[in-house]
Amino acid sequence: MRNPHRTQKIAFFFLFLANLLIVVPVGLIVVIIIQKGLPAINWEFLSDIPRQGMRAGGIFPAIVGTVYLVSGAIIFALPIGLLSAIYLSEYAKDNFLTRIIKLAIVNLAGVPSVVYGLFGLALFVVFLKFGASILSGSLTLGIMILPVIITASREALESVPYSFREVSLSLGASKWQTIRYIVLSNAIPGILTGTILGLGRVAGETAPILFTVAAFYLPQLPKSIFDQAMALPYHLYVISTQVPNVDEKIRYGTALVLLTLVLFMNLVAIIIRYRFRKKKKW
Amino acid sequence: MRKFKEFIIERLIFACGIASIFFVILIFLFLLKEGLAVFKTIIPFNFLFGKNWYPISEPPQLGILPLILGSLLVTLGAAIISIPIGVACAIYIAEIAPLKLKEILKAGIELLAAIPSVVLGFIGMVTLLPWVKNIFNLPTGLTALSGSIMLAFMAMPTMVSIAEDALYSVPKTYKEGAFALGATHWQTIWRVLLPAASSGILAAVMLGIGRVIGETMAVMMITGNAAVIPHSILAPVRTLTATIAAEMGEAVVGSEHYFALFAIGIVLFIISFVINVTADLCLHKRQ
Repeated sequence: MRNPHRTQKIAFFFLFLANLLIVVPVGLIVVIIIQKGLPAINWEFLSDIPRQGMRAGGIFPAIVGTVYLVSGAIIFALPIGLLSAIYLSEYAKDNFLTRIIKLAIVNLAGVPSVVYGLFGLALFVVFLKFGASILSGSLTLGIMILPVIITASREALESVPYSFREVSLSLGASKWQTIRYIVLSNAIPGILTGTILGLGRVAGETAPILFTVAAFYLPQLPKSIFDQAMALPYHLYVISTQVPNVDEKIRYGTALVLLTLVLFMNLVAIIIRYRFRKKKKW
Repeated sequence: MRKFKEFIIERLIFACGIASIFFVILIFLFLLKEGLAVFKTIIPFNFLFGKNWYPISEPPQLGILPLILGSLLVTLGAAIISIPIGVACAIYIAEIAPLKLKEILKAGIELLAAIPSVVLGFIGMVTLLPWVKNIFNLPTGLTALSGSIMLAFMAMPTMVSIAEDALYSVPKTYKEGAFALGATHWQTIWRVLLPAASSGILAAVMLGIGRVIGETMAVMMITGNAAVIPHSILAPVRTLTATIAAEMGEAVVGSEHYFALFAIGIVLFIISFVINVTADLCLHKRQ
């Protein structure tokens, strides 16, 4: 008979090891990118256009493009996502339709990113004739983050205690007034957190923008939403696989800027969540 | 007047409520619209099981079997690596780790989820590839194995967080009962908690694998992109997703190549649909 306590010790050791196998490489990745990317970062790198076939100069147009795309996606996705979450948390009954909506959200979240790219190409670029443009790219990305926004907003709305609604309704407020002034105002931090997390994800996506907006190289900034734009993740892809002999420093520098942008958004979301938890009244 | 305004608002809320259904259908319809055209020139059987993918030769040969096998091989490799590690990780976080360590581990895994796939692909290119190349003494590190390792890593956040939820949702009384009968903590986990959480863990595994099949950028950057039937995990392969991403830029709108890439999109959409619906059923069974 084996000693069960020794078995337990061995088992727990391997379980711990499994964690190290994930967490240590993650830490290493971040450290390597910071260490090797930092020397490339200076004002010129952040504010200049790429030069000498992207082997020198900066990444300014790519940063601007990504900011445009992220803003466009959120302008489109936030209203729809928020109203959808309100429907699910305040109006939907426990019936077949609700079940189908939830299943659709799960599926929307699971569609491979490159399939979103195809869809954006077929609908926005070709069918609606927007061409490869910031508009097409933003709409594609917007649909892609819809499930993130809906899920997060719904959780935030549902966590507002039921008694808040009852008090408001008993004071003669209508259902919409209750939602607008009581439920929403208490759920805003949660909604914000979810939205920012969604944005962080969108900023790093490459596959959906490959054929809907991304330009290999543009010497000037986009002038309207019907122009193509460069974008950070695509630029990183281009300089690491498509253009030979790019200085490693520039590649790491681009990766660092993208990573910083994404992690910064995550950090903001975490801070909002943390402060909200401390202030929470229920 | 106010009643009317509220009526309009509530209609709008309902319309947005069903928007998700609308978008899923819209995506599928547009994939069908562009993708089905390829079957005018090639029958579905030859498309799915044709052994040659030469989309720009004259006439084009559009068999996606090498791509399907490429995706399968990479996914299988990733599953073998990620399932034991991911489940072990979830068990440790849910059951064993002290509170402080738990926060750190969870933060680490959330950090991994936040890193864009193109950044992971880039890091894979500069670190993992030379490593694989040297260990196995290969001419190039661009292999299915490199892809599997990278994807196993990328599947972790999904797998761990869902499996962890599944373990949490096992009623406390199960655990207390096992302890009361004199079982050690490990015996309780192995014999009681894992079987009780099995359908949730299965869902976690499926969703993690769903993520692996759909992953595009990292896989395109490190698997070598050779559209031939793979004979070994140490050979370069090309996946379904990478094919679309790599070739759509050059395909002429309305050409057979263009339609074929959309048809691959249909295949991917159906795979992800099946995985998500099945995983959802597993999760609901638990409740």
